[in-house]
Amino acid sequence: MVNLIWLIPLIPLMGAAVLLTLGRMMPKAAIQLLAPGTILAAFLLSLGAVMESGGKSQEVILYEWLPKVDWGFLLDPLSSVMILIVTGIGFLIHVYAVGYMNHEGGYYRFFGYMNLFVFFMLTLVLANNYVLLFAGWEGVGLASYLLIGFYFSKKSAGDAAKKAFLFNRVGDAGFILGMFGVASLTHGSLAFRDLHGLTAGPVVTAAAALLFLGATGKSAQLPLFVWLPDAMEGPTPVSALIHAATMVTAGVYMVARSNAIYILAPEVSFAIAVTGALTAIVAASIALVQTDIKRVLAYSTVSQLGFMFMAAGVGAYWVAVFHLMTHAFFKSLLFLGAGSVIHSLNGEQDIRRMGGLRKEMPITFWTMAIASLSIAGVPLLAGFFSKDEILFFTFLSAKSVFAVGLVTAFLTAFYMSRMMFLTFLGEKRNHAHAHESPLVMTVPLMILAVGSVVSGWIGGPLERWLEPVLHTPHAPEEGGLKYLVMGFSVVAAGAGILLARYFYISRPELPAQARIAFGPFTKLADNKWYFDDLYDALFVHGLGMKGGALLGSFDRQFVDGGINGAGLITRFASHLSIWFDTWIVDGLVRLTGLVTKAAGYPVRMAQTGYVQSYAMWIIAAAAAALGLFWVR
Amino acid sequence: MITYTSTDHFVLLPGLLLALFGCAVLLLDFLFPKDVKGRGWLVGIALSGVGFASWQSWQQYLYLKAHSMTPLVAFNGALVLDGFALFFNGIVLASAALVMLISYRYLEDEKEHHTEYYALVLFAACGAFFLNGGLDMVTIFVGLELMAVSFYILVGFLRTDKRSNEAAMKYLLLGGFSTGFLIYGFSIFYGLTGSTNLAALATVIPARGANDPLLYLAIVTTLVGLLFKIGAAPFHMWAPDTYEGAPTTVTAFLAVASKTASFALLLRVMLVGLGTAREMWEPLLTGAAVLTLTIGNLAAISQSNVKRLLAYSSIGHAGYVLLGLIAGNQTGLIGVSIYLLTYAFSTIGAFLVLIALRRRGVAVETIEDLASLGKRYPYYALLMLLFLMSLAGLPPTAGFIGKYYIFLSLVESGKYGLAIVGALYVAVSLYYYFRLVRSMFLTESIEAQVLAPSNGVRLVLALTGIATIAMGILPEPFLRMAAISLGR
Repeated sequence: MVNLIWLIPLIPLMGAAVLLTLGRMMPKAAIQLLAPGTILAAFLLSLGAVMESGGKSQEVILYEWLPKVDWGFLLDPLSSVMILIVTGIGFLIHVYAVGYMNHEGGYYRFFGYMNLFVFFMLTLVLANNYVLLFAGWEGVGLASYLLIGFYFSKKSAGDAAKKAFLFNRVGDAGFILGMFGVASLTHGSLAFRDLHGLTAGPVVTAAAALLFLGATGKSAQLPLFVWLPDAMEGPTPVSALIHAATMVTAGVYMVARSNAIYILAPEVSFAIAVTGALTAIVAASIALVQTDIKRVLAYSTVSQLGFMFMAAGVGAYWVAVFHLMTHAFFKSLLFLGAGSVIHSLNGEQDIRRMGGLRKEMPITFWTMAIASLSIAGVPLLAGFFSKDEILFFTFLSAKSVFAVGLVTAFLTAFYMSRMMFLTFLGEKRNHAHAHESPLVMTVPLMILAVGSVVSGWIGGPLERWLEPVLHTPHAPEEGGLKYLVMGFSVVAAGAGILLARYFYISRPELPAQARIAFGPFTKLADNKWYFDDLYDALFVHGLGMKGGALLGSFDRQFVDGGINGAGLITRFASHLSIWFDTWIVDGLVRLTGLVTKAAGYPVRMAQTGYVQSYAMWIIAAAAAALGLFWVR
Repeated sequence: MITYTSTDHFVLLPGLLLALFGCAVLLLDFLFPKDVKGRGWLVGIALSGVGFASWQSWQQYLYLKAHSMTPLVAFNGALVLDGFALFFNGIVLASAALVMLISYRYLEDEKEHHTEYYALVLFAACGAFFLNGGLDMVTIFVGLELMAVSFYILVGFLRTDKRSNEAAMKYLLLGGFSTGFLIYGFSIFYGLTGSTNLAALATVIPARGANDPLLYLAIVTTLVGLLFKIGAAPFHMWAPDTYEGAPTTVTAFLAVASKTASFALLLRVMLVGLGTAREMWEPLLTGAAVLTLTIGNLAAISQSNVKRLLAYSSIGHAGYVLLGLIAGNQTGLIGVSIYLLTYAFSTIGAFLVLIALRRRGVAVETIEDLASLGKRYPYYALLMLLFLMSLAGLPPTAGFIGKYYIFLSLVESGKYGLAIVGALYVAVSLYYYFRLVRSMFLTESIEAQVLAPSNGVRLVLALTGIATIAMGILPEPFLRMAAISLGR
């Protein structure tokens, strides 16, 4: 079965080919069977191959693609985990999409692109060298771009795709250069098996840094993260598959895959940890104030990817992969659940206009609740274990990164609870007739919910499984330290959830004394729209807002005294991140545009259309070249 | 004394066949009354000319292979048959055949269907053969002019179209101007060596040293002429105007046949004739390459006309090929060959999609004309996507292989700076190719009926599409072909 791993990506490709060429003529039922069917076949094949391999690394080389570069697939513990995630969760999302996209036009194209995406993603994770990985890397970008832009009718969809594309290109330039840096180290061979035995040096450091630049683009890290939330314009299953479970984790995978390079470049590794930490807290603070359910999840994804890079940065690669896996379960579940809500509310995405949906949508509620508790870090759920490992390893090697991670864990618990409370609890604020989604959508939710719990229990076996291919840091044996960190993490999660509860659940039965005693808290809880209104104002007028005005509003609220410490910090952090988004990121984008325009200007000036001026340029250039003779 | 031996004949024959068939097309067209509809059979004759020339080239290949690729010199060293010439002849023949196949319906739609067109394509291909295989500067010059004059007429073939006329006039004036530089350089070389042969040139140069002003003058003026032909900056300015105004079939032929043959000539002059004077021309070419990449890629960003955008992108591609020559090692030279081969198919394919999408009365002009192509004509849109991916150099398409070799050669020869510049412009180029894709897949537009493309167009689209994907996935046979160009 291991010899057949080349079939794993090929099956979805054939599905894509059939759907895109013949899909128009196919009956809907055939499409509904074919599209998830190819992914299921790939999953079963992956499962068989992984079980047969038993954790040994095996390569299947189809042929020599380029000199010293094979078209070859590598099945090792790391790629085993990845293909199972991609095909397993990919299958569930495909099944869900059968129901979700039922009333949309262009059914066959949608599933054709989805299958195409899975093909490229599997190529990416199964590649045995950087070149083939790059082919998958670009391919997933292309497929995701086609899928983001799937809703033609949405005006913003095209812009979002453009942003996604542009920000990824910056990363790609880094990847290409990093790849050729590796080529110069390994004498033209770009196979992963030749990465071992390199010695540290400036080229290794440069290659590591450039490859990481590629990863920041793909995995939406600072400063290239802004594209991901805007990519949410695509259909919800796309967000779940691409922007939660698979594509955006490609950067983490690539760094883990290149761990032999990164252990030789400690400076770069530290930069990765810092980048991850900053991304995690900035994105989490933004997520606090989002009102679009999918955008909350998008910023949350950015933040969680930051966690994975924190782990990779401190050398705990298996932990990064562990969190990647648990995240794939609970985040795709959250997206699909959000899609289920949106579906039943006829396209409503604003959590301020939801509320009280628990009764109407029990399955969606309970599954999403499990996922949010999991991501928040409630003990015994998957997210708790993987996040705890991250905090533990950052605690061991970089206390500052650990501190940021802990605050982010608190923020995470807060914003996830906030989203859940606003969506499902409290009074009904939407008078659309909400209804539970059909089984084809809820069964995948239930399966993912199981995964969001149990996938965290296999941390130990996963570490041993990945040990042969990933550099594993030495952790102290005694458990005291570990329990200390665990304690911190539990307190952070609990505090976040409880605080959110105070903020977002009105409790009229609470004694009046408590209202007075916890005045500021109550005030905020009463004004549960407060954050959102403020943020909305900021977001709408964000571009016009000056730094001074931001500071002014900050002062007023401080003097007002209507804010407690936690609220202050979160609000300040979100102000800061909005300011960052508005002035630094948008500024950079505008600057880039300006520079390219300015650079194009002389070219256009010269291109007058007059033959005489062209001839003048030829003479001038020839004269300049001759002049060089005396200069050189 | 000049003798005409069977060896001379063998080397010359493919080019000769092209010229003879061109003359035959002209004569037959004259012999039969004008008003007879359907001159399809004349196109067939022209195509069979390409077919015979291809068959003869195949014989030449078999001969060379049997003689361990030893070059065969003919006409007292004026013309040579080697793997290099054969490889580039092959690209020229393929592009000529593909262009003829797609021109019939195009010219009829433009109401300018004259069989002279096919004769001119054959003559241009014949001229290109002398650039690929010429060793003597006079032979080269005659070939160059034969090709250029054919193209001047082809560019202005739409007689009633103002832009076509303007394009031809600009191309003619500037082409003549730059050829003046080229012939000036050649004449100085003759003065220096007393011979017009490139091989003789190579023997004299080491004695002159690197600080010889006359030699430098000759190199600079020759380069002006050659860089003009390949459309490299700062001698590129004719290209956007000419590409835009010319009939689209001619644009494709110009962008492929003329550019590859001119590159073949540039390589031959630089590596055979001036190989020992590398330190004199390498800085010049490096400057030109960086400038070409910069201008080609940056100017393409702001174009709204598709043909103009592809023209600038084709300027950018010339920059990458120059990088391969600058790297100068085996990988770089294979890179140049494979790059030009992949570029040929992807470029013809991209222009062909534009041709296939012609609407009644209007050609595809602006990017907006491509809008919502993905919805209305998914096959064309997917093919265009494939060609654009290849032009952008994304794996697993043909264009990636070319760029891979170019970058690898730069890294191997330690030219990291150039590699970084090249990689950055790959990122830039993705942006403007993406604008086309975005228009095709993400925008709504007016419903407009597209004329049903001819079978020739369908055939060539299929061929170029298959070639573009096949070269990307299984490049090995094509790499072996490229290795032939190095005499291996």
